Amino acid sequence: MSRRLYVNGAIWLALLAVPLWLPLIGGYEALASRVLIYALGAMALNLLLGFTGCMSFGQAAYFGLGGYGTGLALTHLTNSTVVAVIAGTILGGAAGFVLGPLVMRRRGIYFAMITVAIGQIFYFIAERWNSFTGGEDGLAGFSRQPIHFGFATVPLNGLAFYYFVLFFFALGAGAIAVLLHSPLGHTFVAIRENRRRAQFLGIHIERYVWASFAIAGVIAGLAGALNALQNNFISPANLYWVESGNFVIMAVLGGMRNFWGPLVGAIIFIGIQDYVSSYFPNNWQTFIGGLFIVAVIFFPSGILGIVRQRTTAA
Amino acid sequence: MELLLFDGFNGLIQGAFYALMALGLSLIISLNSIINFAHGGFMVIGAYLAFTLEPYIGFWGALFAGPILAGFLGILVERTLIRYMYGRSDPVYSLLLTFGLALIIEDVVRSIWGAQGVPFVIPGALGSPVSTVYFFLTGYRLFVIAAIALAAGALFAFLRLSRFGIRIRAGILDLETVSALGVNVYLLRSVNFAIGTLLAGFAGVLAAGILELVPTMGNDVIMATFVAIVVGGLGSLFGSVLGGLLIGLAAGVTSAYYPVASDVVIYIIMAVVLIVRPRGLLGQEGLFE
Repeated sequence: MSRRLYVNGAIWLALLAVPLWLPLIGGYEALASRVLIYALGAMALNLLLGFTGCMSFGQAAYFGLGGYGTGLALTHLTNSTVVAVIAGTILGGAAGFVLGPLVMRRRGIYFAMITVAIGQIFYFIAERWNSFTGGEDGLAGFSRQPIHFGFATVPLNGLAFYYFVLFFFALGAGAIAVLLHSPLGHTFVAIRENRRRAQFLGIHIERYVWASFAIAGVIAGLAGALNALQNNFISPANLYWVESGNFVIMAVLGGMRNFWGPLVGAIIFIGIQDYVSSYFPNNWQTFIGGLFIVAVIFFPSGILGIVRQRTTAA
Repeated sequence: MELLLFDGFNGLIQGAFYALMALGLSLIISLNSIINFAHGGFMVIGAYLAFTLEPYIGFWGALFAGPILAGFLGILVERTLIRYMYGRSDPVYSLLLTFGLALIIEDVVRSIWGAQGVPFVIPGALGSPVSTVYFFLTGYRLFVIAAIALAAGALFAFLRLSRFGIRIRAGILDLETVSALGVNVYLLRSVNFAIGTLLAGFAGVLAAGILELVPTMGNDVIMATFVAIVVGGLGSLFGSVLGGLLIGLAAGVTSAYYPVASDVVIYIIMAVVLIVRPRGLLGQEGLFE
């Protein structure tokens, strides 16, 4: 138990101290922000995939909706970045909540297909509704506004934006952690482990899948909101099924039975995307795809899965 | 009315493509229990190989060589990668592996042939319009429909009449029993996978004559193929054909009346089918859950 405390402490310290060590290995602040954003999105997916046992292949929909919600809120409604983030988060969560009943009865590959279908519907709406979403070109023309504290105004640039993202990442990841240690989280895991037995115990499986789906929508919406702020831009590509697949890659690569798995997966994914694409601009997909295939064949429990096996065996 | 006929016929062609893709993918899903996300990749490879070979062996040669090479590539991939997925209880792992494979295929195709579209030349006799009475129609489009119908008919005849085809159908019902009866199921699975990728390659070459070839052309098609299979019902080959034709026609008719929604309509159909008839139109209960 105390070992877990040390590991968690070390991870949060490392995230807080990013400006100290990241430049040493050639990283930069925007890269670190992107890793956190995608890690949060992958954690949202992993709540469904790794902890409830539901293969969602449409998580990009809620990620993208969070982005569009934030972008549209900044364009039309508000000057406050925080309010815009909340608007995006609510949009993603509301979509997950409303659509949950459509997906909660499906299992296995059918669950994957209906989540894809819903995601693609949002994608095509965003791509075709030119006047509202900017269509194929995406939504631009909004920018993150400085944050006003009582005593100072902080522009969200560079390092300040990284800590802004880290704050919301901590909120989202913390919420998932609390959830997983609650009876609700234990019920999710029970459904993953043995759906039928959980049902015999009187658990209303569908309601819990719905809850998991809605919460995953909230967290994905939050990640998407931060993503829109980082780029000051949101494009339909963020809703496309390939983006959903990227989240799945991150979760599985890092280890989907692990709380921190998606973060590890996001570090690898974004890292490869960034480093490899600077040397082989057109071939980073091959590296990701190859690594992913190796992972699925040889260590399906992900990188943290191996680490855990090694340490418990020793 | 003319617009409706034109769009409806185009929808039928599109549906025939989806049906052909769905047939191959459905075979692979049913017998190999592999959710093959790289199916669109095999289609793209077949098309590009045909494009490369066409200057040397002509259109008709490329029409056969492309799919056959895609079939051989299918065997190669099945023997080196896919076989690791057979023991896994959860078919989701195969989906993940082939998703990675699809990324690599797209990347390799882009590296070899470039990101820009390339045209695939069709014989002049097929390219000319055969009728302008009701709507503009080239011979190639009629040829595509005939070729797909022929390929589907040949596949069904093969599965009904040949010993190997009957074994494939038996394996779809119960692979373990087929194995216990002394059939080499390793060979059965390899050949079945190859037939699936061959059909994908064939669809690719035929599509190449209508669309321009781009490395990402598999991405949209693979999703539509899954939609066709889910609408038709997992585990039913006939359902795949039905699903493919249905969504193609629906997309075509929608583009006549409400073009903005023509891409999204197939996903709406799938969502409605999954809600109203969870196993699809002709699907069996209990598969892949």
